[in-house]
Amino acid sequence: MMNSFLSRTSSWVLALFLAVSAPAWAQQATVSKNGMTPGTAAAATPAAAAAPTGAQGAGGGDAAAIAAGDALFKNNCAQCHAVNDKVVGPALAGISKRRPISWIIPWVHNSSKVIASGDEYAVKLFNDNGKQQMPAFPQLSDKEITSIVAWVTSQEGGANQTAGGATAANAGAADGQTGAAAGAAAGGYTDMLLIVLVVVLIVLVVTLAIIANLMKDVLQGRKDLDGRDIEVLNQRFDWAGLYRSPVLRGIVGTVFALVLLYEGVQSVMAVGLTQGYQPTQPIAFSHKIHAGENQINCAYCHTSVYKAKSANIPSANICMNCHSQIKTESPEIKKIYRAIERKQPIQWVRVHNLPDLAYFNHSQHTQVGGIQCQTCHGPIQNMEVVYQYSALTMGWCINCHRETPLNTKGNAYYDNLVKLHDKSNNAVPFTVSSNGGTECSKCHY
Amino acid sequence: MKYWKGIEELDNSPEFVKNAFAEFPDFLPVKEGRAGHADDSSVAPRRDFLKLMGFGVAAATLAACETPVRKAIPYLNKPEEIDPTVSNFYASTYFTGSDYNAVLVKNRDGRPIKLEGNPESPVTRGGLSARAQAAVLNLYDGGRLRHFMAKGKQVDFDELDRAVRAGLASTTGKTVLVSPTIISPSTKRAIAVMAGRARNFEHVMYDVNSASALIQANGGVLPAFDFSRANVIVSLGADFLGTWISPVEYSRQYITNRKVSSDKRTMSRHFQFETTLSLTGSNADVRVPVKPSEMGAVALALYNTVAGGGSVAGLSPAAQKQVAQAAKELQANRGASLVVSGSNDPAIQTVVAAINQSLGNVGTTLNLTAPSYVRQGEDARMTQFINDLKSGAVGTVIFYHANPVFNHPRGAEIEEALKGNKAALTISLNDRLDETGWLCQYQAPDHHWLESWNDFEPKRGSLSLAQPAITPLFKTRQAQETFLRWGGSNESYYNFLKDGWRTVLGSSGFQTAWDKAVHDGVATGSALTTTAFTTPALSIADATGRLGGGIKSGIEAVLYEKVGIGEGGVEANNPFLHELPDPISKATWGNYVAVPRKMAEEQKWKQNDVVKVTAGGKSIELPILVQPGQADGTVGIAVGYGRTKVGKVGDTVGANAFPLAQATPAGVMYYNTVTLEKTGATSPIAQTQTHHTIMDRHEVVQENTLAKYRENPKEVTEYERIATPEGLEKPNKVSLWQDYQYNDHHWGMAIDLNSCIGCGSCVIGCQTENNIAVVGKQQVINRREMHWMRIDRYYSSAHHEDEFEKEGKLKTYAAMEDPADNPQVIFQPMLCQHCNHAPCETVCPVLATTHSSEGLNQMTYNRCVGTRYCANNCPYKVRRFNWFSYYSNEKFEDVNGHMFTDLGRMVLNPDVTVRARGVMEKCSFCVQRIQLGKLEAKKQKRRPKDGEVVTACAQSCPTEAILFGDMRDPSSRISQLLRREDGERAFHVLDSINVQPNITYLTKIRNGAAEFFPTEEKENA
Repeated sequence: MMNSFLSRTSSWVLALFLAVSAPAWAQQATVSKNGMTPGTAAAATPAAAAAPTGAQGAGGGDAAAIAAGDALFKNNCAQCHAVNDKVVGPALAGISKRRPISWIIPWVHNSSKVIASGDEYAVKLFNDNGKQQMPAFPQLSDKEITSIVAWVTSQEGGANQTAGGATAANAGAADGQTGAAAGAAAGGYTDMLLIVLVVVLIVLVVTLAIIANLMKDVLQGRKDLDGRDIEVLNQRFDWAGLYRSPVLRGIVGTVFALVLLYEGVQSVMAVGLTQGYQPTQPIAFSHKIHAGENQINCAYCHTSVYKAKSANIPSANICMNCHSQIKTESPEIKKIYRAIERKQPIQWVRVHNLPDLAYFNHSQHTQVGGIQCQTCHGPIQNMEVVYQYSALTMGWCINCHRETPLNTKGNAYYDNLVKLHDKSNNAVPFTVSSNGGTECSKCHY
Repeated sequence: MKYWKGIEELDNSPEFVKNAFAEFPDFLPVKEGRAGHADDSSVAPRRDFLKLMGFGVAAATLAACETPVRKAIPYLNKPEEIDPTVSNFYASTYFTGSDYNAVLVKNRDGRPIKLEGNPESPVTRGGLSARAQAAVLNLYDGGRLRHFMAKGKQVDFDELDRAVRAGLASTTGKTVLVSPTIISPSTKRAIAVMAGRARNFEHVMYDVNSASALIQANGGVLPAFDFSRANVIVSLGADFLGTWISPVEYSRQYITNRKVSSDKRTMSRHFQFETTLSLTGSNADVRVPVKPSEMGAVALALYNTVAGGGSVAGLSPAAQKQVAQAAKELQANRGASLVVSGSNDPAIQTVVAAINQSLGNVGTTLNLTAPSYVRQGEDARMTQFINDLKSGAVGTVIFYHANPVFNHPRGAEIEEALKGNKAALTISLNDRLDETGWLCQYQAPDHHWLESWNDFEPKRGSLSLAQPAITPLFKTRQAQETFLRWGGSNESYYNFLKDGWRTVLGSSGFQTAWDKAVHDGVATGSALTTTAFTTPALSIADATGRLGGGIKSGIEAVLYEKVGIGEGGVEANNPFLHELPDPISKATWGNYVAVPRKMAEEQKWKQNDVVKVTAGGKSIELPILVQPGQADGTVGIAVGYGRTKVGKVGDTVGANAFPLAQATPAGVMYYNTVTLEKTGATSPIAQTQTHHTIMDRHEVVQENTLAKYRENPKEVTEYERIATPEGLEKPNKVSLWQDYQYNDHHWGMAIDLNSCIGCGSCVIGCQTENNIAVVGKQQVINRREMHWMRIDRYYSSAHHEDEFEKEGKLKTYAAMEDPADNPQVIFQPMLCQHCNHAPCETVCPVLATTHSSEGLNQMTYNRCVGTRYCANNCPYKVRRFNWFSYYSNEKFEDVNGHMFTDLGRMVLNPDVTVRARGVMEKCSFCVQRIQLGKLEAKKQKRRPKDGEVVTACAQSCPTEAILFGDMRDPSSRISQLLRREDGERAFHVLDSINVQPNITYLTKIRNGAAEFFPTEEKENA
């Protein structure tokens, strides 16, 4: 009787242990998962997506032109202009009322030429904006400039809508925050519950152990026990027997070997994997402040992300566009000044390192594919210090190429391909890989 | 017709047979120290193996512990037009004193990585020579002098300037600037500024490959030739497609009148009289081997027949016959013919000028009013300078890109004079401490041309500009700026140059015009004037009188330039050019004595035997190469080799043949009577010619005659049929393969064998584009060269089947007995054929070579485990195996140095992997360019335009023989061409094995010997 009781106690202890530790493991697992899957990025997406939706909602005029203007504005103008706020250049709201399009086009093509021609308004504009020269955009066609203006007009057209867009964005951001807060609160509650549970269980175990000891003492005090009972009472747990048990040894050995094997395979597979790599940078630059709180477009600093293989690390002169005025006393910003004075470029630590044998082109994915930065780089707008969010393994690349439908809309390159694809296999989505996106020579040459 | 690649194949030597059937040479020890011991001793012992394995595991474990920290260093101040990883193209000009090319510099992340032809140029029209292709590597040449020097010590600019200015003022005697031809108007003005400060200033220009006589015979100007307007071309030893004056320009002109289609069934006729089989001779319709001393008689005979003079004695019967034929055709094409001569004998050039005059070619195919400027050297003045230097009349001598100690026949005398301090002040502006430069007291190295501003006027009225494409790598200074400083001006050369252009572009709207000129790289206008020649021209009577001399009986040596190394300037330290196989002999790394087979047999010389060649008391030792087509009683030796102070790559490769040239008062003669003597030593020549022999020759190259093509274009190409139960069918009727479906693109290439002149520009273009390793002489001998693209050169005898009927069987067979005397040559660029039914793809055990949805045969290096099955199964032998780590194995540090140093690595194309040891590689159809072209189109939301995506080889071809495009696009040029030529000239190599290549060749058409085409003359008349 006692025997069974004791063994029951030990199993209780074991169960208790499991019960205490299991949630902790589970928690760890979820944390790492949360950190590394696009799940968390979802909160950011509404905020990012809200603006264009607002724009489309504004309606009025040629919707296609406005949509084109949206993209053009983001790629060319957004670095220096906003619709309703003065950034580097003046706010553009009301531009179509202030100036005729026949004036805007030459201005965009080559503003310094217009100023040089002695145009009164141009000279005044130039002087009012701190004699900061606007770069020339000879590559933009008249039609493109018109569509940018159309987009700007659509943005300010109803101030409500713009506000709506902004609100939506804010709301999105707010949603994200509340979500996070809620998550934090919920986390706190379960922690408390767990702690209470653990305490209760420990108390239980201790109580039971005390009771068992008490009962043992009581039984030992009694003289009417027969031999068998005494034997049971005095029985010690045969640890040596356990140690000698071939079955147990076998089980433990196998488990150990399996664990070792698993860990071994895992660590070998992780050779060269740097997911989560978060080096300390020479300057404590925060993407959270710039991209998150101040919502600066990624392409403002990473100027070539829509046109080149690399999304370049911004040069110091881009920092100076704002930081010649803002936070000039910060010790971190002073490091930039020092770099400029000493003519020594800042040596950032590379976070994302692809092997040389793989060719990756940003513009292919951003400009052509229309992929958000966050898809691969994670919630960059929440990162104080940037870390490598995605695995950047070949499997990770290929998987996305297999699952992602091609962004063929409005791109004449794909028109015939889409037709051919739809003709032969209608229901299957036209993914990157079905257009040869998983062939070796697309990335290795 | 029988085709063969080399004498060994013609003879079917056992060595050749063995190699032809094995893709890889067997039993070549990897460890060179144990060479010759192909037994067990060359096998790594078990203990070594275990040690290495243990070390390997430990190293891998250690390496896995920590990922190295990599830095990302942005610009401090990003220039607006530069985006990292985006290539910009800047127009510039390549001119090194012999070869003019208008180029576009591909600039990636601030460093030039490739040169391409500038299509805007009216002179070179987008073509580029092999030498210009390789020139980008010269920028990163470790042999360049990195700073100014005075008397052996490093000095800064100011110190040297002070010393030189003081020296210029104090020395007595003449001040002489020695340079090759300068075609830059602004450089000449800068020199004039310096001349103002110097005593008795004289500027002596001399050309290593001198055209002094040609200029002299044409009244002091170098005529601008137009081969495109000539129906009959007679060349007396001028290698105008390979090395003579302006080969890229001439190739483009020449080929316009050589391309045929069923709509244009005419071709020019090209006669070549020459000694050594040259690139031009190999393209000629009629080639006659003559001795150098016979050339005068040929010219005279031609003149007499055309202008109606007496007959000339002493010509060989073959030459006699062809001279008569050439003269007949020339006369039938008055005003549309051209006679050129590569000789530097004023008498010959005077006669040739008279022939052109009497044919009425002046003003049509030969322009004297808008002459060429690329040769201005005057041999007589150089002779005068050497005499002055020796006598001590020269006080100051400045060498500006001139290296006469090496490349002048009297170089030894100059060396002695410089060593004996005959001149008080000696300065070198050469880019390195070369044979002349190191003898000077002061060295003020010039920038590389890719670091400089400059202007050029290659032809009257055609200007071009050079602009810096990189910040100067070393502490050098542009020579023109140096001239200005020494002339007392502090102006920058850029301002000086720009100011000079005001007269050309006009001062109103100058800035816009200037910007356009810099952008385009070319402009029209003229700024140069022709300098009067001091040597008087000969009268025709004098000239004919001088040419009366008979043909000499002894062995004559001809000195010629190679297409790659040229005159042996900075090119001599360029490994790309050393490893570029000679178009004819396919020899790499060094020069040799090319002897006719008859002489080799008589003297019992074998290939690779070293002989001592002696002329005028000077001798050099070089190995023998048996060269088909070499004229009887002559030998050919390439100049430009045997440098001693050019750098790690080129030093002591070959022997210097310049001292064998004759420095006569009339000019430098690039031939001499020599004696040859066997030394008993042997020295292997690294020839690629019979490497990678294709399985069968029958349907590899195809050619036919113009006569047949005129009759019926559908009958010039043989199409193989295979036997099926239904009778003979096209090979693709029977197939085990499933065909691919190409929805998006289907990339293809067409190579016109009629347009390919074999110049090798594509080979180097491919090499620079694709980071192809240089392997060095020993590995070429081991048949391990890495070129993805090779130009197969086949010899064939000039006897067609119809000859049997016309001439009779006995006579024809007799003539065919010794086909190696004067073979016909056909060039075939050979690269991965990107088969749709690729035999390599099926045998790869790891799927490292696969087929893409765009028709490419992809090679994935990181998957390859090096079984080499694919190469073994490739019928075209176009796959290359990396036997070594060419970028880290110290054995290759000299030859492949550009992959070893940070300086050299700047030239590598960042879009293409540098392949590791143990993997297979091959032509990728420049997939990086295809991907880029597609991406640009996608970004602009449109389909790629035809001509937007081109491979490096197609881009560089000066004759547009290679056409690349999308065969899926029905309106592309390649689709149109293939539709038009289908059933006419289009054929696939080895069609019968049905691998369905994506490369189509077009049959070569020869405008063969005239007697077979009696109707020809009527039509031409």
